Amino acid sequence: MEILLAITVGVLFASSIYLLLKRSLVRVVIGVLILSNAVNLAFFTMGRLTRGEPPLIAADEYVAAAGVANALPQALILTAIVIGFGLFAFALALIYRYYLATGNLQSDKMADAETPVADKFALANKEGE
Amino acid sequence: MINSLILRTATKLLFGLLLIFSIFLFFRGHNEPGGGFIGGLVGATAFALFAIAYGPKKSREILKLDPQVMIGAGLLFGVASGIISILLGTPFLTGAWIFPVIGGTELHLGTPLIFDIGVYLVVVGFTLGVIFSLEEEK
Amino acid sequence: MLTAILIAFIVALASPFVVKLAKDYSGWVLALLPAGLFAYFMTSYQLVGSGEVILESSSWLPGLDVHLSFLLDGLSLTFALLITGIGTLVLIYAGGYMKGHRYLDRFLMILILFMASMLGVVLSDNLIGLFIFWELTSVTSYLLIGFNNEKEESRSSALQALLITGLGGLALMGGLILMGLSAGTMSITEILNSGEIIREHPFYLGILILVLMGAFTKSAQFPVHFWLPGAMAAPTPVSAYLHSATMVKAGVYLLARLQPAMGGTTEWFYIVTGFGAVTMLVGGWLALAYTDLKRVLAYSTVMALGTITMLIGMGHDYALKAAAVFIVGHSLYKGALFMVAGSIDHEAGTRDVAYLGGLRKLMPITAAAAAIAALSMGGIPPMLGFIGKELVYEAALSATTFASILIIVAVLANIAVVASSAIVAITPFYGEEKKTPKHAHEAPVSMWIGPVILAAMGLIVGVFPSLADRSLFSATTTAISGVETSYYLSLWHGINLPLILSVVTLLSGLAVFKIWNNLRESSAMQGYARAFGDFPKATYEALLNGMLKFARFQIDAFQSGYLHRYMGTIIGVTIFGTAITLLLKANFVWPDFNDHINAYEVIVLALMILSALAAVAAKSALKAITALGLLGFSIALVYIMFSAPDLAITQVLVETLTVILAALVLVKIPKPVIVDRAGAKVRDAFIAISGGVLVTVMLLIILQGDLDLSLSEYFGETSYVLAHGRNIVNVILVDYRAIDTLGEIIVLGVAAFGIISLIKLYMNDKKEEKQS
Repeated sequence: MEILLAITVGVLFASSIYLLLKRSLVRVVIGVLILSNAVNLAFFTMGRLTRGEPPLIAADEYVAAAGVANALPQALILTAIVIGFGLFAFALALIYRYYLATGNLQSDKMADAETPVADKFALANKEGE
Repeated sequence: MINSLILRTATKLLFGLLLIFSIFLFFRGHNEPGGGFIGGLVGATAFALFAIAYGPKKSREILKLDPQVMIGAGLLFGVASGIISILLGTPFLTGAWIFPVIGGTELHLGTPLIFDIGVYLVVVGFTLGVIFSLEEEK
Repeated sequence: MLTAILIAFIVALASPFVVKLAKDYSGWVLALLPAGLFAYFMTSYQLVGSGEVILESSSWLPGLDVHLSFLLDGLSLTFALLITGIGTLVLIYAGGYMKGHRYLDRFLMILILFMASMLGVVLSDNLIGLFIFWELTSVTSYLLIGFNNEKEESRSSALQALLITGLGGLALMGGLILMGLSAGTMSITEILNSGEIIREHPFYLGILILVLMGAFTKSAQFPVHFWLPGAMAAPTPVSAYLHSATMVKAGVYLLARLQPAMGGTTEWFYIVTGFGAVTMLVGGWLALAYTDLKRVLAYSTVMALGTITMLIGMGHDYALKAAAVFIVGHSLYKGALFMVAGSIDHEAGTRDVAYLGGLRKLMPITAAAAAIAALSMGGIPPMLGFIGKELVYEAALSATTFASILIIVAVLANIAVVASSAIVAITPFYGEEKKTPKHAHEAPVSMWIGPVILAAMGLIVGVFPSLADRSLFSATTTAISGVETSYYLSLWHGINLPLILSVVTLLSGLAVFKIWNNLRESSAMQGYARAFGDFPKATYEALLNGMLKFARFQIDAFQSGYLHRYMGTIIGVTIFGTAITLLLKANFVWPDFNDHINAYEVIVLALMILSALAAVAAKSALKAITALGLLGFSIALVYIMFSAPDLAITQVLVETLTVILAALVLVKIPKPVIVDRAGAKVRDAFIAISGGVLVTVMLLIILQGDLDLSLSEYFGETSYVLAHGRNIVNVILVDYRAIDTLGEIIVLGVAAFGIISLIKLYMNDKKEEKQS
């Protein structure tokens, strides 16, 4: 089963890399989202797969039963899912803000956006003096 | 905001249920699946749903707290739980526990619980802060 | 002591509220904190003075041998008393000086934060702890120097001070870590007890140079002394505090603290004494080249720091005794004189002595305080400054090598100091009255009480040295030398060589003062100021500009400004590098397909693959989002099938919120209309597929290796017994790896503020545009 999952993870990585290389910022953000999922799954696979034995300690036991799923990667992935969500939200807000400011969503036009900002700073400095 | 009677009526019912469920998930998190992250996400979903049905302004009103304040408070809880450990002479964030017996049942109360409240608050604050600000701009 | 520092930090954070309530009395109210701490440290005066060392420790990161441990011996007590004592007076002074200032709350808060950090520096018994507080003082002093942030001069001086002390801090970190590694402990007490290990270690010279870089930059030693006069752009309470007794003395504190472990070698003697002597001479005379009172005081502080450095470098009994006394004497009179300069500036509207005169009648109390403090600075009996200077002369005379050079340097530098003390105390107050920008009158109580008390202290301890000689001074010397020391001080030693030299110094100093106006404008003095004052600064600026130019060159050369090119480069290089390593080092065997696979599992995986490909192929954002949702939910199914209920729940919830967010934003954005060239598509597909294959291969290799489960097993065994939780995943999150989670929620918080301000600020801009 791990082998099949490894192949699936590979496909997810490939899809996300393809999207990351695009000039459309929307597609880049989608690529980021797939990438975080792919990385989580890769971690999950590395920690080995266990069927039907969640890492919980039974109500009448003091220690976990032998053979429960590996809890450590699960804890790491849980934070990673939430962080991935945070990253996605931030990226989304960023491209949206960029769209509001420039009216386009192309990464190869981003260099143009720098000039007016630089002017604005120069102006602000002059006023400050 | 979506102006739909069905959504609004359903939201009224679901909102309370989701909130209760979120707190339930939070508290059982130490022994069963759940916890600060999951509880927080469910809690945020409740308010997000409300915001979609009635608009972010109404949702903010019933939330009472500003999401930014929730984030700050959450971080404070997280750090405070660690400071308690320092004051007890153990390394930062070492769990410290007390076991009061209330109504015949022994409760397990510890600094990790305070920490988890912090996580809950930050997750709710984050999600709502983002959703509100994206929905409010118009 | 930890409690004392923590209280100081907490009060600092609460101080804006205090300022809101106490308004014009904020200085007086907040001064209760350092006053209380001063009293607290005074309770240890007897004990520490009798040679006891108080230690206190709580663990912080025991795994890295980092502890919040503190030690109180003579040296740290001296500094703690100076920091809290002068801190009390400075807070009172600042309340008067900045009265009605818009940002008084902010100012006082940073000042108290600085005080707390400074206490941390002098009390720390752990190298890493010391370093952290050290850096905190750099950061807070940056904020204080640049407090008038609307002024270009303030900002650049603050940045200059931060860059120089920050660079020194970086070196210091390297030095301290090397020192800890060589000694095998991060505890300062233990290191001091095993000094020979450090001195004989092959790293010794490296440690020495790095630590000295830290100390010298902080204490403004030549040739980086110029940041100190530059830092005079700070409001005067800052100079009175940071640039007399505290921040700049952190460097000499470090030298004194580490003297028993690192001192006594030839390298130490030559480098430390050498730099100290040069700084002393250069700083002393530079003071005479300017008419700005604060600049005169700043350069004379440079001279004093050089003196202390030289004394610690020499390292023999007399020298360390002199250092202990001189540190205190200098802090008292220099703190007082900085406050006097500030009061003059505040009341008369200028602090340029060329425009000042005859203020004695208008500001009698300030004038008196200035006179007494200046007597101490000029080294005139019966002041503490006199005792200090006598000891310096005696130390220089009894140096084992270069005694003749050192005594000449000391006398020459002190002649300049006598002249500068006259400039500060006589020129503004005596002579004919001059018209000042503001009509001068006596400063309010809050602004003269500080100089009066500090000046009086210099007099009292000078007349009755027994108040401190056998206790504080002896204990300080013991700490610096590492050898039990006890001595008496007295004003009168009979007619001996130091006394004769003192008389010579005084007379020559007054003579220099007499001709000061001509001297200052002479071309020799101007040239001297250019060579030793402006040139090092210009060199620093040239280096900085060169670095910026180089950075710009790099940007022009490597940065195309196109995101997809950066992405391609980063991803391509990563794939290529990893692939090469794999080919050379790993031994890949295709694993056997012999484990049991359920049909429904295959269906879920196929669903994942299809939805990922659909997201790639999607022509509109909404279609892509739908595909993504499908992908996310099938991943949740994987988590369910393989025993990760927490992950599955989280994934479902996050996926729901992701779709909501994406829908909120993407409906407002038009369809992308970018058509890629076929060549670009092929190239991207090639990179993407090689990346995918690489990941699969890597995973397969990893899966064939052994998995170390010891940590997971430990969690399984102790989760309930030690951490009282049955859900191991959650226990890991909130207990075992809580610091990780703390980091994570901090990131979430930062991200939320980033997003909110991205959107909100834009909306506010828009609104303003509409209105105007």
